[in-house]
Amino acid sequence: MRRFSWFNATSLTFGFAFLYLPMLMLIIYSFNESRLVTVWAGFSTKWYGELMQNEAFLDAAWVTIKVAFWSSTLATILGTMAAYIMVRAGRFRGRGLFSGMIYAPLVMPEVITGLSLLLFFIAVDVDRGILTIVLAHTTFAMCYVSVVVTSRLVSFDNSLEEAALDLGCTPFDAFRSVTLPIIMPAVISGWLLAFTLSLDDLVIATFTSGPSSTTLPIKIFSAVRLGVTPEINALSTIMILLVTVGVISASLISRSLAIKAKADERKAEQQ
Amino acid sequence: MKFGRTLLVAIPYTWLLVFFLIPFGIVLKISFSDIALAIPPYTPTLKDGFWQMLSGLDLENYAFIGAGAVFAVFAVLVISVAMFQIVYPRVRRALIPDARYGVFDSAAAALTTLAVALVNVALIVALVSFLFPVLKSFVDIPDFLYFAAYLSSLKIAIISTFLTLLIGYPIAYGMARAAEHWRPTLLMLVILPFWTSFLIRVYAWIGILSTEGYLNQLLLSIGIISEPLAILNTPVAVYIGIVYTYLPFMVLPIYAALEKMDDSLVEAAEDLGCTTLSAFWLVTAPLSKPGVIAGCFLVFIPTLGEFVIPSLLGGSNTVMIGKVLWEEFFNNRDWPVASAVAVILLLILIIPIVLFQRNQEEAEQ
Repeated sequence: MRRFSWFNATSLTFGFAFLYLPMLMLIIYSFNESRLVTVWAGFSTKWYGELMQNEAFLDAAWVTIKVAFWSSTLATILGTMAAYIMVRAGRFRGRGLFSGMIYAPLVMPEVITGLSLLLFFIAVDVDRGILTIVLAHTTFAMCYVSVVVTSRLVSFDNSLEEAALDLGCTPFDAFRSVTLPIIMPAVISGWLLAFTLSLDDLVIATFTSGPSSTTLPIKIFSAVRLGVTPEINALSTIMILLVTVGVISASLISRSLAIKAKADERKAEQQ
Repeated sequence: MKFGRTLLVAIPYTWLLVFFLIPFGIVLKISFSDIALAIPPYTPTLKDGFWQMLSGLDLENYAFIGAGAVFAVFAVLVISVAMFQIVYPRVRRALIPDARYGVFDSAAAALTTLAVALVNVALIVALVSFLFPVLKSFVDIPDFLYFAAYLSSLKIAIISTFLTLLIGYPIAYGMARAAEHWRPTLLMLVILPFWTSFLIRVYAWIGILSTEGYLNQLLLSIGIISEPLAILNTPVAVYIGIVYTYLPFMVLPIYAALEKMDDSLVEAAEDLGCTTLSAFWLVTAPLSKPGVIAGCFLVFIPTLGEFVIPSLLGGSNTVMIGKVLWEEFFNNRDWPVASAVAVILLLILIIPIVLFQRNQEEAEQ
């Protein structure tokens, strides 16, 4: 039996208050009438209107979404491949180096990754722009995807795949029709993770972007350095709400998928 | 089949080689070259053969940032912490004989565990502050900025990891003790901030901590303070920012360890006469140790190279190595020195990264 004491209740209350109050203040003050961000002067949505008029922010948002979409898609493909190799391919030459390269970017300080990629792009003489940010984001996001997919691959029963191979599937068919549906929830959450990591990244994007490809975090960072503004509060609120809706719906979907999978299994057992 | 497998391995492998390993090679190469007023602003030194390369390596950048002194300090730190870890089990054993679990023993267990953590932190912070002036007067380093930046990053990373542990452990413990049907929701509430933009979460604190911010308004209106506190642009703001943004990284591994734990162990301890507190220190705390260690590394490693938090919340008073690297690169355009700074940061991080991986492997077994 687990006991839930007053101590646990207070630590949870204070902990979650600490986690959520700052964001709540941000959201509340984005509806502030006054330009002075710390003085409440009545409810207003005018800063959202002004944000929508701000071409620079809209352009940056569009660039960010494009970069996030392409890099997360590429990262999901590469990361799933990498996870599959790590779990199923057995021994191959250079496996140690490969697993090192998969895990290293997870803990590498962003400034180092950004600096090294920029120096690389200059050395091979690629113009910096959307393409270079996509390449950079793909590289670090694929490692996160592969960690997520690996944990799913490890936990499921290898014999299903072997059965498909015995029944005459080609390895690719076996992967597509047996393995992929089973690891799909992990692949989707890997994609979502890669997408948010890319949306969020400031440091690597600053190093690898060119003058014509400013992403939203770069824009926000340069605005924020000058202090708090109501437009940024409004923008932050939109981003927080989008992420909240995304995460909650993703978790509901994966929960219902899990329930459905369990029901299917039970049905299969009964037959 | 054979060909397909080779292709499958080759694609991500080549990608990582090209976009991860080769860029590091380039950083290493540029760190050994001279600054030049050109585009790109460095003169390559490695275009001849391997032997010429070795003899012609330009260590100027490393000497300039005081790499030797940084490593000397780091070596002293690692050795003294290691020594302390050897001494500590003996002290603990002397203080808590295994046979009795009374009130006194649980207090002793609590005190020694806390003392270990505190002494470790204090030891490192004291060494850092003590070694700095000593080295400054004995060693000739052209620019002490870098050396100071490494040490202050180390200090900030260690103190904030400790603070995150102090705040994160009770949250994880509360979550693991909560009713079963509540746990997924609580877990979601911890994960949600992790998905929200890092930049926005740091930004949120500017409005709270600034001189006319919400915190000062609140404290002034209650009457606790009569003049606004200057928190923004001080190291305190950096600690708050780090604890806030990295809290989920601490809570999640500790929660995972506590959730797996068998409750009957605690019950058994209590049946055998332990108080609640001594059962916690003698059963729960040791069993959650892998989670605590993982959480500490997950906070410590990225904090050491942190850029966003010190530059938004720390002002010009807080020097951290990530910020120095950034400024060296974008403002001074000294690429060779920036590369040397990056190489040394990486060498320093190798020890905690290796220790972290070993801890993960042990936890899996």
